[in-house]
Amino acid sequence: MKNLETNYPNTWCPGCGNFGVLRAVKEVFSEMKKENIVMVTDIGCNSKIADYINVNSFYSLHGRPVATAEGIKMANPDLDVIVFTGDGGSLNEGISHLIHAAKRNCDITVLMHNNRLFALTTGQYTANSPKGFKGKSTPYGVFEEPLNPLEIMMASKASFIGRTYSSKIEHMKNLIKEGIEHKGFSFIEVLQPCVSFFNNIQFYNDKVYEASQGKSVEDAMKLIKEWNYNGEGKIPLGLFYKEDRNCFEEEIGKTIKNV
Amino acid sequence: MKKDYSILIGGAAGQGSRKAGLIIAKIFNNIGYNVFIHEDYQSLIKGGHNFSIIRASEEECISHTDEVDFILALNDETISKHEKCLKKGGLIIFNKKNIEVKKGIGIDIDKIIKELGGISIMGNIAMISGFAKTVGIEWKIIENVFKKEITKEIDKNLEIAKKAYNEVNKIIEIEKLKGDKNPLLTGNEAICLGAVDAGLDVYSAYPMTPATSILHYLAENSRKFKVIVSQSENEIAAINSIIGSAYAGKRSMTGTSGGGFALMTEGISLSAQAEVPILIVNSQRSGPATGVPTYGGQSDLLFSLASGHGDFVRFVASPGDADEAYYLSGTLLNLAWKYQTPSILLTDKELSESTFEFKPINKLKKEKPLLWDNKEEYKRYAQSKNGISPLAFPGSKAVVKSTSYEHDEKGLSIEDSESIILMQEKRLRKFKEMEKEIDNVEAIKIYGNKKSDKAVVFWGSTKGAVKEAVEKIGIKGIQILFLQPFPIKQMKKALKGIKKIVLVECSSMGQLEKVLMSEGIEVDKKILKYDMRPFTAKELELKLKNI
Repeated sequence: MKNLETNYPNTWCPGCGNFGVLRAVKEVFSEMKKENIVMVTDIGCNSKIADYINVNSFYSLHGRPVATAEGIKMANPDLDVIVFTGDGGSLNEGISHLIHAAKRNCDITVLMHNNRLFALTTGQYTANSPKGFKGKSTPYGVFEEPLNPLEIMMASKASFIGRTYSSKIEHMKNLIKEGIEHKGFSFIEVLQPCVSFFNNIQFYNDKVYEASQGKSVEDAMKLIKEWNYNGEGKIPLGLFYKEDRNCFEEEIGKTIKNV
Repeated sequence: MKKDYSILIGGAAGQGSRKAGLIIAKIFNNIGYNVFIHEDYQSLIKGGHNFSIIRASEEECISHTDEVDFILALNDETISKHEKCLKKGGLIIFNKKNIEVKKGIGIDIDKIIKELGGISIMGNIAMISGFAKTVGIEWKIIENVFKKEITKEIDKNLEIAKKAYNEVNKIIEIEKLKGDKNPLLTGNEAICLGAVDAGLDVYSAYPMTPATSILHYLAENSRKFKVIVSQSENEIAAINSIIGSAYAGKRSMTGTSGGGFALMTEGISLSAQAEVPILIVNSQRSGPATGVPTYGGQSDLLFSLASGHGDFVRFVASPGDADEAYYLSGTLLNLAWKYQTPSILLTDKELSESTFEFKPINKLKKEKPLLWDNKEEYKRYAQSKNGISPLAFPGSKAVVKSTSYEHDEKGLSIEDSESIILMQEKRLRKFKEMEKEIDNVEAIKIYGNKKSDKAVVFWGSTKGAVKEAVEKIGIKGIQILFLQPFPIKQMKKALKGIKKIVLVECSSMGQLEKVLMSEGIEVDKKILKYDMRPFTAKELELKLKNI
């Protein structure tokens, strides 16, 4: 493996799902041109990954890494820009950026570590927490329905949509690699249990299965809606939707070229 | 008597009075006059009442007058609203068919258009042409200006113009002068040119009056200027996106007004902490909140100076005319890169949207920032004597780690007190250097009677009116171009021998007073205006006379 170590002390809780993501990401990075990798991170447990990997990184503000990443890619389209964010950062604080980046088909990859709550602020609900979830701000349980991020991404015209699970290193690695290689906006949800505040490892282990890629929008929607983030049913993993269309950077590049 | 004419042209939104005003200004500039255009328009698309006041003078003019010599009325309202502003002996020129007026010069515009098969917007050309004949301007001159300014159906327009010209009698003769012909630019266009000359690569913004025309002008000229222009989903996205572009090595700018600027403040703080250079144009309009969107004011001074959470210094400068707008936007972009810091160009509606003659003294250049020498291992926040660390960008051999967290030299997060102090002090040394930099730039300008013991202190777009007033009354005018870091040395020099300080500001609270007080300077009197319209020189003259 190339020199990807920062030797920075890792402060994730023992058993945290993020360790799996870190391993998979490092393996993917080790096969890429290191100089061109740029990690753009949010604020939250997931984003500490910026300190743990010795590649270019921009440790952005909470909710803003997608906007920052768009600017980086627009300025230098040769870079491989990967966003590390959480469900709080991308579905609560920064949802507008996520939707618009998908709509533009910016050529960036967004890895949404989904632990389904705000962990670093010690356990409050996010837009993806299940109904009835009891966090410190909701002792009587969450009243709201959870948002399905993949459904939002589909409606926002993301051109690559998939889900993986932090306990499945190989699956994660392959999907992340494919997402980075995809030209256009890639959204990958990583189910990432929070051992301290919402430990659903056993739940995921029982429910996840590897689905084969949908062939049509309808197939994709079926997979995306199979699990509603609340109740029963299986949880499909895999690439659910992929589409080839011109990316934002290609189009905007034309506006400064003489015709 | 001084040759100094003011022409008011007004009509409903959509009638094209603004473009007509620009053509009139160009005609006057072509016969040797200095020109300036003040725009007044409402927050609507069609209807309402818009007007432009074109001032043409033998002397430099960068402000308008409320009293006018000519009213060109595209609709009735222009006359009813502005008749009282017409000077004694002034003339009203109007569309005969539509407007019932007893006195003035009626041109039968509708008839001319109908006869020649034109469309109603061409009536503006007939109006300008008739006006030009009234004041004795040669056909050849206006024909040349029309040919340059009209892009569609020039032959038909010229035919209509000629007919109107022939139908009207010459009443007075406006003398031709020998003054220079210069490009006419709005303040916002000058801001764009300054930034472009200083190497602007990327502009991202969300539309907001009165900064929107920056977005339009750069988008329209993206190929010519080689600037990537993108419209973001909101102001938060705009600033975070340009921070990304700057991190990747491109000179980046955004522009907005107060409300959007409020949203951007988290990004200003990020730019300071991550030491990423950006330029933000904050063009003020009246506030608080939505305020009066298409009218001006200077009430965001303190907000801009303190924008963003945390301890840091940003450059803030404010221009008083198009030449200064050019100079300051380019200079601020260069300074942002020299010191890896946010810079704010603070302006307002009056400067952004007024039209000035553009004659900058020096052409700006892109100044090279401090770059990594590619020798030892790269540390984004390497300690240095002056607090400035060399820049490198992703895609090179350097591993570039920028961050919003407090960090060590490599850009890794830290929390221990020793490391925090080291990085805070690195930034403090840089802020000291920024303060020193201000001593090297022209941060204060003096006007009027330099020996007077009375001085008007001002900043920004009030320059035109203040300059004219102090010159007339014979007192001193002190303009502050750089507001942060505050140019205290230059200011103390300017205030030598001054016994009375009068502050002029378009705000209800006089915010500059607080800035001056914090520098130990006491203001004796404040002249404030908060109807969100700019001062005129005459208005100031009356108020300054008895100080």
